[in-house]
Amino acid sequence: MKCSDGIFALFFLLLGNHLWCQTIEICKSCAVTTIREGVAQASDFDTLLIKKGTYKEFNIKVDKPLTLLGEDYPVIDGDDKGEIITIVSDSVTVDGLFIINVGTSYTADYAAIRVVESENFLIQNVVLEKLFFGIYLEKSKNGRVYHNKIIGDAVDEYNSGNGIQLWYSKNVTVERNIVQHVRDGIYLEFSDNITIHNNISSNNLRYGLHFMFSNDDIYTENIFENNGAGVAVMFSKKIKMQGNTFRKNWGTASFGMLLKEINDAEINGNTFEENTVGINIEGSNRIEYKNNDFVKNGWAIKVRGACYTNSFVNNNFLYNSFDISYNSNLNDNKFERNYWSGYTGYDLDKNGIGDIPYRPVKLFSYVVNRTPETIVLLRSLFMDIIDFSERVSPIFTPDNLLDANPLIKPLR
Amino acid sequence: MFKILKYSFYDLIRSRWSYVYFLFYLALGFVLLFLNNDLSKAVITLMNVIIVLVPLIGTIFGVMYFYSSKEFTELLLAQPLKRSTIFLGQYFGVAGSLTLSLALGLGIPFVLYGLFRSEAIWNFSLLLIIGSFLTFIFTALAFNIAISNENKIKGFGYAVLLWLFLAVIYDGFFLLSLIVFEEYPLDSFSLAATMFNPIDLSRTLILLKLDISALLGYTGAVFKQFFGTNLGLTVAMGVLLFWTILPVFRLAYKSKKKDF
Repeated sequence: MKCSDGIFALFFLLLGNHLWCQTIEICKSCAVTTIREGVAQASDFDTLLIKKGTYKEFNIKVDKPLTLLGEDYPVIDGDDKGEIITIVSDSVTVDGLFIINVGTSYTADYAAIRVVESENFLIQNVVLEKLFFGIYLEKSKNGRVYHNKIIGDAVDEYNSGNGIQLWYSKNVTVERNIVQHVRDGIYLEFSDNITIHNNISSNNLRYGLHFMFSNDDIYTENIFENNGAGVAVMFSKKIKMQGNTFRKNWGTASFGMLLKEINDAEINGNTFEENTVGINIEGSNRIEYKNNDFVKNGWAIKVRGACYTNSFVNNNFLYNSFDISYNSNLNDNKFERNYWSGYTGYDLDKNGIGDIPYRPVKLFSYVVNRTPETIVLLRSLFMDIIDFSERVSPIFTPDNLLDANPLIKPLR
Repeated sequence: MFKILKYSFYDLIRSRWSYVYFLFYLALGFVLLFLNNDLSKAVITLMNVIIVLVPLIGTIFGVMYFYSSKEFTELLLAQPLKRSTIFLGQYFGVAGSLTLSLALGLGIPFVLYGLFRSEAIWNFSLLLIIGSFLTFIFTALAFNIAISNENKIKGFGYAVLLWLFLAVIYDGFFLLSLIVFEEYPLDSFSLAATMFNPIDLSRTLILLKLDISALLGYTGAVFKQFFGTNLGLTVAMGVLLFWTILPVFRLAYKSKKKDF
């Protein structure tokens, strides 16, 4: 498509010494044997067809609009020497490569594929292994990262990089990627209008997805599983999070999702399953939580304070050890029409809404908040007894923290 | 001793209460597994039941058996038998039959639902080991109470109180002290406090084996570091053993001194 755009332009400008964009074949027995040579020989909008084989190359600088197309996944082996492909031109496509052994450095962020100040790029069907940083988008716009597989071998946080990193980038789509065993699966910093859709980010050392100072982004239908600390969304505005699954982020410092200084976000239709903490909320305002499922988490929601005007409506809270933990005033946050599996009330008028309110904060959860050591009494009979008596007549737990209209049946 | 053990054991095996106890666990096991096919989840639920119920049954049953077999005991005392033999035989008979009811009652449904093919087998065996320990500990404590109190009502009262103390009130004091001294580092304290109560110790041991342990946060990490190692587990088992042996020795000692 870009190629034809090029032809179109050239045709009209009548500049072209080529009327067609050419395909340059690269293989061990071809005229061109290295990718670097291929890039040097190519004209704008050419296609480099890289045949099956192993290419020991690094620091390949793509400075013209080219398509790097791999046939049967040729291997580009960087020999741990540095960055592999650096794209500094607009309209570059990288397709079907297998890149391994990116160099590790403590001073430079070597990436398998780096896009620098470019537009209209497409990176797809790429497999990255043994990497430092995977796909690094730097001040780039209007691109697409589609259907890549990034499998790292990160062991320590300090000497590992991120799978897909976006830094000062705009209007980028990250779709159908699989990212595993790196530091942060997908990392966004100062990046706006990004769409992250249908990715699977699992077994990463730190976060599956990490937002910093990025606004107006949307992430939908991703799966984040078994990451060191889950997903962190920090210092960002107007983020939409829909239909994602946060699963098995289980450990003493793990969260399904960590929200810090997030304003005006929408969190809809997500599933939080078997996380130590489903959502940890800190200093976040005007967030709408709707139609989410919180299943078998340690704490479904932990509210750490400085949160205002958040609404929790129509969520399912199913079999969490603690539904909600709260260490401040309720403020003007509200809980309405949720289904709570711990609800023991009745519905005499059969309108589907329980007749007595549900108090999601247990006394035990209040005590644990005050003195974390008391958690060793988890599941002791004494705790069950005082929880029960507190539920009958609340004294310690904030008595306005309640769901006045709890649902009798779970939603959906 | 073994003869008396055998008599007590067969006597109890034939008694209605042993069957009730056995059938209760059997029913509990089947119902749990019927409602939820997941073995490891059923182990978690059972843990809650076991750490409360096993000590209670052990205490009540122990006291009850001691008082009701008093006449038989007096008859035996007239024979040329060592006193410790008589009482220890009875004790092991009671504790053994209770343990058997527990193990069979829970074992049968779990085995039928494929315990041997599942990963839950270690957790389940831990559960059974702890259940047996609790039975032995609390039966021994109950025998101690019964031998020290002629008055049945008093004996029962103390036994129930003992159970109430260890199962509920102890945790209350534990909680209070944790809150009162929250300014201080409490890890070693809570470790020690857990050791001093067999019910708490059992609960912690099982909790740490289950995946719920991550909930315990930093304190849990300290616990896990301790109990998670072989040393910790050995120490914990040692403490449970100590909890069993101590009352048994006192029982043997007391039985020699007692004037019937």
